[in-house]
Amino acid sequence: MFKRFHPYATPMHFHRLAMRLSPWLFALSAVLFAAGLTGGLLLAPADYQQGESFRIIYLHVPSAWMSMLVYLVMAGAGGVGLIWKVKLGDIIARASAPLGASFTFLALVTGSLWGKPMWGTWWVWDARLTSELILLFLYLGYLALQSAIEDRRAAARAGAVLAIVGVVNIPIIHYSVAWWSTLHQGATVSKFDAPSMATSMLIPLLLMALAFQAYFFAVLMVRARCEILEFEQHTAWLRAEVSGDPIA
Amino acid sequence: MSARQATTAVLHRDLRRGWRRRGDVAQPLIFFALVVYLFPIAIGPLPETLRALLPAILWVAAVLATVLTLPEVFAADHADGSLELLLTSPHPLALLVLGKIAAHWCTGAAPLLAMSAALGAILGLDAPTLAALLGGMALGTPVLALVGSLASALTVGLRGGTLLLALITLPLYIPVLIFGTAAARNAALGLPVAAEMFFLAGLSVLALTLTPFAIAAALRARLD
Repeated sequence: MFKRFHPYATPMHFHRLAMRLSPWLFALSAVLFAAGLTGGLLLAPADYQQGESFRIIYLHVPSAWMSMLVYLVMAGAGGVGLIWKVKLGDIIARASAPLGASFTFLALVTGSLWGKPMWGTWWVWDARLTSELILLFLYLGYLALQSAIEDRRAAARAGAVLAIVGVVNIPIIHYSVAWWSTLHQGATVSKFDAPSMATSMLIPLLLMALAFQAYFFAVLMVRARCEILEFEQHTAWLRAEVSGDPIA
Repeated sequence: MSARQATTAVLHRDLRRGWRRRGDVAQPLIFFALVVYLFPIAIGPLPETLRALLPAILWVAAVLATVLTLPEVFAADHADGSLELLLTSPHPLALLVLGKIAAHWCTGAAPLLAMSAALGAILGLDAPTLAALLGGMALGTPVLALVGSLASALTVGLRGGTLLLALITLPLYIPVLIFGTAAARNAALGLPVAAEMFFLAGLSVLALTLTPFAIAAALRARLD
């Protein structure tokens, strides 16, 4: 299987593939966003307890899902780059990190905006909130390491080790934080205990999740191309590509 | 020379170096004591509050003091080039690294434990709480040393390394901090502490088995 994909795993082919794919991915995410937002903000009924405020889940939940998915993408791509020395893995890992940090930040901010009217406070020391905050710090540590190491290749490899260690640690952190918050405060604030959602509420949520994913991959293509431009700036193929007469 | 001999040689060398630079080894301890004494000054002379907070204060101060010592795990060897010799050694790098970390634990964490015992006793922790605090530290500090050495390996030779190290390591230290402080808190309330101790021991074993390989990979990633 790897052999079949291998041609696309060179920066040159990926650069072209990304250029071709990204408009389609942007279009797909726009359609999904339109459908999901219409469904979520206009069509879905207001929640019987939370009223209109619940609608923020259409941003909050997909961002929270993406914050974890992107970390996995980052660690997976980094691992591929580290173990099989596939340069594209390094590129994708580096390109994903700021996106993942942004999704995590978005999840925290939307959660906090929802918490103010619902819980009466911007922040509670709830297990999930705390784990998400730690995830943000893990992303920021990765980004800080990336910017501290000048050589891109070395930075990508060091980052891959850190991301993989992070993946091993995230479940440990998550469960220890859950342990901590039950010990600390018992049941002060319970999350709205997930009643199985009504279909009219659930479908827009799933559409939004897909929209976020399409958007992530669309932006990832653009960012990966920027990374390739910097990684490969001294190669002949890129010079030919940029000057407009293809060599291959 | 067998791999075991090589590892003990690394361990002895680092221990000897720590002994010869006793002043440098003492600095994190002074920092630790200073941080512990900053809290009463910030909180005010409220003996009951302070006694309740003391285990947490000691843990946080120990974590911060540990972070400050982390650059030294590899910095000196990187500066004089012996780290690159370790990388070219025929013996498994993970094992040699383990020798270095063991030495670092002996020169960094062990004095910190003694200092915590002294400060805890002076500032009035009762015996069960003090025992839980020190037991938790004894089981938790290997994790701090191992995970911290990984970050140290990733940042070896970088400018502004200590701050970067703190950014990388502190989120990874959270589980140890949670179980360590929970043990002391339970002991203060007269509750059993076995669960927390088992968790800390488990984390230690996990770190001991996995991080040496990650550290070896990190050193190769940075220096090859």
